[in-house]
Amino acid sequence: MSLLTEPGTATETRSPEPFAYDGPAPSEPEAPTKELIIVNWSGEYDRVMPTLILASSAAASGVRTKVFVTFWGLLPFVKDQRRITGENWMQKMLSFMQRPGIHHVKLSKMNFLGMGPWMMNTLSKKYHVASPAELLEACQALGVEFIPCQMTMDMFGLKPEDMIDGLGEPAGAATVVELMANADASLFI
Amino acid sequence: MTTLEISLTVDAKGLSCPMPIVKTAQAIQRVASGQLLEVLATDPGSVKDFAAWSRSTGNELVASSQEGGVYRFVIRRK
Repeated sequence: MSLLTEPGTATETRSPEPFAYDGPAPSEPEAPTKELIIVNWSGEYDRVMPTLILASSAAASGVRTKVFVTFWGLLPFVKDQRRITGENWMQKMLSFMQRPGIHHVKLSKMNFLGMGPWMMNTLSKKYHVASPAELLEACQALGVEFIPCQMTMDMFGLKPEDMIDGLGEPAGAATVVELMANADASLFI
Repeated sequence: MTTLEISLTVDAKGLSCPMPIVKTAQAIQRVASGQLLEVLATDPGSVKDFAAWSRSTGNELVASSQEGGVYRFVIRRK
């Protein structure tokens, strides 16, 4: 005569679900991947360099890295051999005034008709500093995702075929805001 | 003490930041978990950088030394 066998008594409790997990044994919890978002706004050597150095270092350190390239910052990601881009005279004029391509980045100051970048390149070679082109190659090899700004591409008259290979889908500001809000660190360079 | 058997050596001598780390990140993919990767570098900044990189990636920096201006790092892949 057990109380437990009587139906409807308050002592009856639901046993917890039986442990039925038969998948692989759970391993040590992995630390979640950290994420870095860089907005690359400038096409100048002295800004493109830190963008590419930080992006390649972050990717090499296991940090998922995305670089949104916008405004003048798009120009280093145009194919080097593209000389004049765009459809109307203003877009063509813009590309004429600032030659696109990773090999054509200029200094923001001390440009002196190319004398500054020439000295910078000479110093870089002397001190074995990687060039922007080499750093871009390293970034892409390490899986850095470069996302071009759709609006600037339209305004500059840049077509997907004008851009270097391996870029992500063009996107807009809301995409970047979401990326930055969820990232562990974000930079505007 | 067990002797350190190096699986792969990266010669990053003459390269400056961030290329020694970039080359190391690519080379570590080519050694198996638990095996050792050796990196030789001449960039003085690499001493701090390799310590930071090891902390970031979870790979173990087994040895860090300097001889005649060449820095030597031994990393065990996690």
